[in-house]
Amino acid sequence: MKIAVCVSHVPDTTSKIIVGQDGKNIDPNGLTFIINPYDEFAVEEALRLKEKFTGEVVVLSVGKDFVKESIKKAYAMGVDKGIWIKTEAELDSHSTAKLLVEQLNIIKPDIILFGKQSIDYDSGQVGILVAEMLNIPSVSVVTKLEINDNKVSCEREIEGGKETVETKLPVVITAQKGLNEPRYPNLKGIMAAKSKPIQEVASTSVENKIEILKMKKPESKSKGRILGSDASAVKELINVLHNELKLV
Amino acid sequence: MKILVYIEQRENSIKKSSLEALSYANLLASSNNGEVVAVIIGGDLNNQLNELSKYGANKIIVCQDPKFEKYSSSAYSKILIDIIKKENANIIFLSATSLGKDLAPRLAAKLDAGLCSDCTSIVIENNDMIITRPVYAGKALIDVKLKSEIKIYTLRPNVFPLKEVTINAQKEEYKPELTDLDFISFVKEITLSKGKKDVAEADIIVTGGRGMKGPEHFHLIEELADLLGAAVGASRSVVDAGWRPHSEQVGQTGKTVSPTLYIACGVSGAIQHIAGMSSSKHIIAINKDKDAPIFQYADYGIVGDVFEVLPELIKELKVFLGK
Ligand SMILES: Cc1cc2nc3c(=O)[nH]c(=O)nc-3n(C[C@H](O)[C@H](O)[C@H](O)COP(=O)(O)OP(=O)(O)OC[C@H]3O[C@@H](n4cnc5c(N)ncnc54)[C@H](O)[C@@H]3O)c2cc1C
Ligand SMILES: Nc1ncnc2c1ncn2[C@@H]1O[C@H](COP(=O)(O)O)[C@@H](O)[C@H]1O
Repeated sequence: MKIAVCVSHVPDTTSKIIVGQDGKNIDPNGLTFIINPYDEFAVEEALRLKEKFTGEVVVLSVGKDFVKESIKKAYAMGVDKGIWIKTEAELDSHSTAKLLVEQLNIIKPDIILFGKQSIDYDSGQVGILVAEMLNIPSVSVVTKLEINDNKVSCEREIEGGKETVETKLPVVITAQKGLNEPRYPNLKGIMAAKSKPIQEVASTSVENKIEILKMKKPESKSKGRILGSDASAVKELINVLHNELKLV
Repeated sequence: MKILVYIEQRENSIKKSSLEALSYANLLASSNNGEVVAVIIGGDLNNQLNELSKYGANKIIVCQDPKFEKYSSSAYSKILIDIIKKENANIIFLSATSLGKDLAPRLAAKLDAGLCSDCTSIVIENNDMIITRPVYAGKALIDVKLKSEIKIYTLRPNVFPLKEVTINAQKEEYKPELTDLDFISFVKEITLSKGKKDVAEADIIVTGGRGMKGPEHFHLIEELADLLGAAVGASRSVVDAGWRPHSEQVGQTGKTVSPTLYIACGVSGAIQHIAGMSSSKHIIAINKDKDAPIFQYADYGIVGDVFEVLPELIKELKVFLGK
C-alpha cells in the first residue's frame, strides 16, 4: 500500500502570540514550533496501515526551511521518505493544496492522511481541497478507520454523536484526536532521522485566494467580579443569572 | 450580490446555526441590493419549509429524495455546485458545523473559489466583504478578504443573530440527476447519544475540570446542566483520565464553543482550554484557587470549593425554578 501523509509545522500550543512588524502575521521570534498535533495522529495511522498492509509511507510538507523539523519528527516515528516542497511565501490553504497535489499526482498514493486542521490558521481545508483536486473521495474529522480490500469505513464526530461513513480507495482522511495514540519516537529513530535525506522540490507559482489585511489581538475583557468565596455566594450568583444575564 | 445559503437539517429539524447564517445573509443583502437563495437537501422536508420561510430568503430551493436522507459528501456537493452555477450565486454561506466544515472545501475546490472558515464577523466596506476570524486558537484575530470570483464562508454558530423577516419566498423543487458514482461516499449510520446536548450547539455549557476529583462527582455537573438546559463540557485532563468522553472536550484539541453562558467548575483555565471557550458571551468560574488563570477570563467568579458551591447552587436553583 502506498501511503502519504501531509504535515504542517506550527507554534506550540502554549505559545504567546505576538503580532509581527507587518501587522499581518505573527512574530515567530522566540516561539517553539512543533509538528501540528493532529498531524501526529495522521502519521501514526499511516504507520499502522503500513504495519498492517506493508508498503511505504511518504511524508510531505510545504513551507520554509524549518518545516524540515516536522519531516524529521515523522522520520523519527518511522516514516520511510520525506518530501519538502520549498517556498518562502505565506500560502493559504488553496495554494498549499495545489502544491501538494502536484507531488501527490506523481506518487499516486492509495491513501493520503492529513490532520483535521492546522492549529495556526485553524482553517481545516487542505485535506479536502487536495481530495477534490485529485478527484478522489475524502472523509474528515475521523476517529476510527478500517480498510478492507478497497472498501473504507470511518467513524467521524458530529454534533451529539458520531456517524459511520463508507467509501472507497484511493481516499483522503483527515485525523481527529481519538483516532489513535501516537507513538513516542525511540532514541534509535531520533538518531536515524538526523541523517536521513529529505527530497527537496521547488514550488511552482501559485496565487492565494485569501488576502490577509490585518492581524490583531482580541480585546481583553475588563476584570470580572468575584461574587464571594464560599457557598454563601450562591444567592448572588442566582441573582446574576436571573437579573443580569436573564438566563433563568 | 447573490448570496446562497446552505440550510442544514437533521432528524426533521433545521439547524439553528443555518438560520443564523440565513438571517445574516438577509441583513447583508437588504442593505446592498442583493438577493438571498436558501438551499435545503434531505429526505422529506415538507415539515421544515414553513420554519425556513421565516428568515428572509427570496427563494428557497428544495432538493428532497429518500436517497438524500443521510449526508453524502459526494452527492450533496454535486447538488450544491450545480445549483450555485445555475443560480449564478457569487457568495456562499454555510454554518461552521461538522457537516458545513466538511462540505465547504468541496465546493471551494470545484468552483475555484476562496474559502474563509469559521467567520465571526462579516462586514461590507467599499464593496469588499471584510471577514474577521480567530486564528491561533483565538489568541489572535485576522481581517481578511477573498479575491476569487465566487466566495465561500462558513459562519461560526451562535455568533450571528437570528432574525425573523417576512418575505414571500418563492419555492422551487430541484431534481438533480445523479448516478451511483455520485454516492461514492455516504453516511451509513448515525449514532446519537440519547437526550444529550452537544457542547458545540448548546446555549449554556457547564464544564467540569480536574477539580471535580473523579467521574463519580460529575453528577453535580450533570444536575446543574439539566436545571439550566445546558450541555456538559469537560477539560482535556478529565477526558485524558477517562472520566468523560472526548466529544465533551472543550479547547484547542477539543471543540470550540461560543455559548451565551459558560460555567467552568474546577477548571484551571490553561491556555489550550481558554482557546476553545474564550468567545463565550458570559463566563462564570468556580475554583478554590483565587489565582487560577480562569478568573482572568471570567465575568463572574466564586472562589470556593465545588463540593460546597455546586450542591448549594443546585439546591437554590431548584427552589428558584420551583422544581
Ligand atoms: C497540545 C495540547 C493541547 C491541549 N488541548 C486542550 C484542550 O483542548 N482542552 C483542555 O481543556 N486542555 C487542553 N490541554 C491541556 C491543558 O494544558 C491543561 O492541562 C488542562 O486544560 C487542565 O485541565 P483542568 O483545568 O481540568 O485541570 P487542572 O489544571 O489540574 O486544574 C484543576 C483546577 O481545579 C481547581 N480545584 C481543585 N479542587 C477543587 C475544588 N474542590 N473546588 C474548586 N476548585 C478546585 C484547582 O484550583 C485547579 O485550578 C492541551 C494541552 C496540550 C499540550
Ligand atoms: N504547509 C503544509 N504542508 C503540508 N501539509 C499541510 C500544510 N498545511 C496544512 N497541511 C495539512 O492539512 C491539514 C489541514 O490544514 P489547514 O487546512 O491549514 O487547517 C493539516 O493538518 C496538515 O495535514
